[in-house]
Amino acid sequence: MEQKQEYTITAFTENAVGLLNRITIIFTRRHINIESLTVSASALQGIHKFTIVVNTTEDQVQKVVNQIEKLVEVLKSFYHTNDEIVHQELALYKLPTKGLLEGNQVEQIVREHAARILEVTPSFTTIELTGYKHELVLLFERLDKACGVLQYTSSGRIAVHRAKQEVLTDHVEALAKLKGENKIDKVSGKTWDWLT
Amino acid sequence: MSKTGTGAESLMLSLMAERVDTIFGYPGGAIMPVFDSMYDYLGKLNYILTRHEQGAVHAAQGYARVSGKVGVCIATSGPGATNLITGVADAMIDSTPLVCIVGQVGAQLLGTDAFQEADVVGISMPVTKWNYQITEADEVAEVIAKAFYVASSGRPGPVVLDFTKNAQIGKTALKEYKRCSFFRSYIPAPIPKSEEVSAAADLINAAKKPFALIGQGVTIANAEKEVVELLEKADIPFGWTLLGKSAVPGSHPLNMGMLGMHGGYAPNAKTNECDVLIAIGMRFDDRVTSDVKMYAPQAKVVHMEIDKAEISKNIKAHAPVLGNIKETVPMLVAKVHGAKHAEWIASFAPLYKEEKEKVIDKQLHPKGNDITMGEAINLFSEKTAGEAILVTDVGQQQMFAARYFNVNKPRSVVTSGGLGTMGFGLPSAIGAKVAAPDREVILFAGDGGIQMTIQELGTIMQSDIGVKIVILNNGYLGMVRQWQELFHQKRYSSTPLANPDFVMVAKAYSIAAKKVAKRDELASTIDEMLNHKGAYLLEIAVEAEDNVFPMVPAGAPLSSIRFE
Ligand SMILES: Cc1ncc(C[n+]2csc(CCOP(=O)(O)OP(=O)(O)O)c2C)c(N)n1
Ligand SMILES: [Mg+2]
Repeated sequence: MEQKQEYTITAFTENAVGLLNRITIIFTRRHINIESLTVSASALQGIHKFTIVVNTTEDQVQKVVNQIEKLVEVLKSFYHTNDEIVHQELALYKLPTKGLLEGNQVEQIVREHAARILEVTPSFTTIELTGYKHELVLLFERLDKACGVLQYTSSGRIAVHRAKQEVLTDHVEALAKLKGENKIDKVSGKTWDWLT
Repeated sequence: MSKTGTGAESLMLSLMAERVDTIFGYPGGAIMPVFDSMYDYLGKLNYILTRHEQGAVHAAQGYARVSGKVGVCIATSGPGATNLITGVADAMIDSTPLVCIVGQVGAQLLGTDAFQEADVVGISMPVTKWNYQITEADEVAEVIAKAFYVASSGRPGPVVLDFTKNAQIGKTALKEYKRCSFFRSYIPAPIPKSEEVSAAADLINAAKKPFALIGQGVTIANAEKEVVELLEKADIPFGWTLLGKSAVPGSHPLNMGMLGMHGGYAPNAKTNECDVLIAIGMRFDDRVTSDVKMYAPQAKVVHMEIDKAEISKNIKAHAPVLGNIKETVPMLVAKVHGAKHAEWIASFAPLYKEEKEKVIDKQLHPKGNDITMGEAINLFSEKTAGEAILVTDVGQQQMFAARYFNVNKPRSVVTSGGLGTMGFGLPSAIGAKVAAPDREVILFAGDGGIQMTIQELGTIMQSDIGVKIVILNNGYLGMVRQWQELFHQKRYSSTPLANPDFVMVAKAYSIAAKKVAKRDELASTIDEMLNHKGAYLLEIAVEAEDNVFPMVPAGAPLSSIRFE
């Protein structure tokens, strides 16, 4: 069996009702668990970006990406290994303020991790950290040990590719041909106007 | 100044603008405004009321497969819509263009568990190419245009539109209809790349033992002529998938027969012997490949395909050629050299001879008293001389028909391949006949499958549809019984059938009918059936425990093919 590893899938899509469902069905059908999923705007006006993290084989991820791209409301989909992207997650930690005030251990930990304090009330303090998943988890473990974490949540992964722009050039070329346009502008927010 | 009208009127105008001439359907509360609107168009439209929504969708599939146009069916919300789902799933896996319009409760009631509300968008999502909920009358024309474009372009497939009642009755401007031929997230066919074509041509030009696999993609692309030109120029013998059967002439000298589980010995064996395998518009289904690890490991694979997701999905393609084969095949024809592979082609013959002696002769000229399925089907084939449209249900009779019924014309086979849906036969034969009223449409169905949609005899009666129905009655769910015989020690669990008198059933619907059990009456009864104007049901009592051979057991390598 081919080795499983972490892949980040990105998909550039229209903002259509039900598309999230159509995309997740592709994973469900193949019994692939989604580790994290984020939907956001992209650099292209009106185009949404899905960022999905899965742990699977390259063979599977390739097939999944092809199936995603086949959806009529998806413009383009890619998969990347971790070294091809810059990626981050964000976590929030809620601690008892009492814990923070007793000794300087918690303060020390917060400093070491370059975490931010977002809000302090007499009873609770909320801390934020952005980083790699393992960094977020490490901070959780240390804080939990020091004073007990009351609430914890982390976001899905967000990622940008190491290439300069959103890589949709192929797609735009194919569309231009479909439309019988000769001029192919480089992809920018504006070029999408003539495509609608 | 544009006129205003209801969403339902806008729908009818849009369907007219898409040149829809035939609709199959079944009414109900949530779709009544549409049926009311349709009443004004009955002169211009062939509307066929089926007896079940499954009948409507299968009929639309049969219509689409034979006509090459988009099949249209209409049903009500809730149970009407869920009854369509089997056909929608069937159309999805067999790439059949459909637009299915179903009623839905008013938008204000969505999500409240209203009467006959079902989450049709959710239910149909995994089995549609696209689906959409229309909640405003203003959206209708644009959504219909997109639906027809998506259903029919690229790799075709079904579209389900969930049409809320408020949108059906709401007012909208009835503007000039604009067909859709573009939207930015959808590229129906990849642009052919000449490097890919060249790479494929290089492999083919160097091949000593090329073998081609023809699939339904050839039919969908209307590329039958182009493909034959390629095969003849480079002298490439070929086999076909079940759905590729009428993509190539049955009597062509390079035609080596069906691929896969119940395909011929030669095409299956030669798949594992060829040096270059050229797949055209087919998707290496497991019924074709069986064990993928043992499938043509020696061959370089050229895969000509419109759907990128099919490339290397099941079998690795060394030279993928993406694009519409209507474009890529002629590009390839220009680059391949004329060749002769006489010795290679001749090497198929001994294998065919072996199959003929061990299987075909026994099937077509049986020694026993009972009529065999193959014998009956072969007689029909001879009498219709490759001119008829073949429709089948699912099971042994389907495989025998695929093996022994010859078709020489394109778009002449309607059968449920990917989903293998019992009950598909009778309604899809109705659709096929409506699409080609001047051609003979012959349905072969089993005694089991016919009863899954036998109520459609009522449709045949009401709409006077001249299909020829052949029930090959073996008293069993034969294909399942065959597996029980071969792999479950003849433990016939749930396969013997107590059947009605099919002739009496047909007569109850005023359909001419006869039963034959004796060999010496068979030919004359077939003549009588074929000479009869209008529908005719012929029940043929066939050997009860016959088996379809050759057979590659499921998941086994092609080399483990059995003749008995
Ligand atoms: C809807 C559906 N249910 C069950 C099956 C499984 N199945 C495949 S073939 C078959 C037997 C078909 O029997 P019959 O229609 O009499 O045809 P025969 O094989 O005897 O020619 C069954 C039950 C199926 N393909 N479709
Ligand atoms: Mg039977």
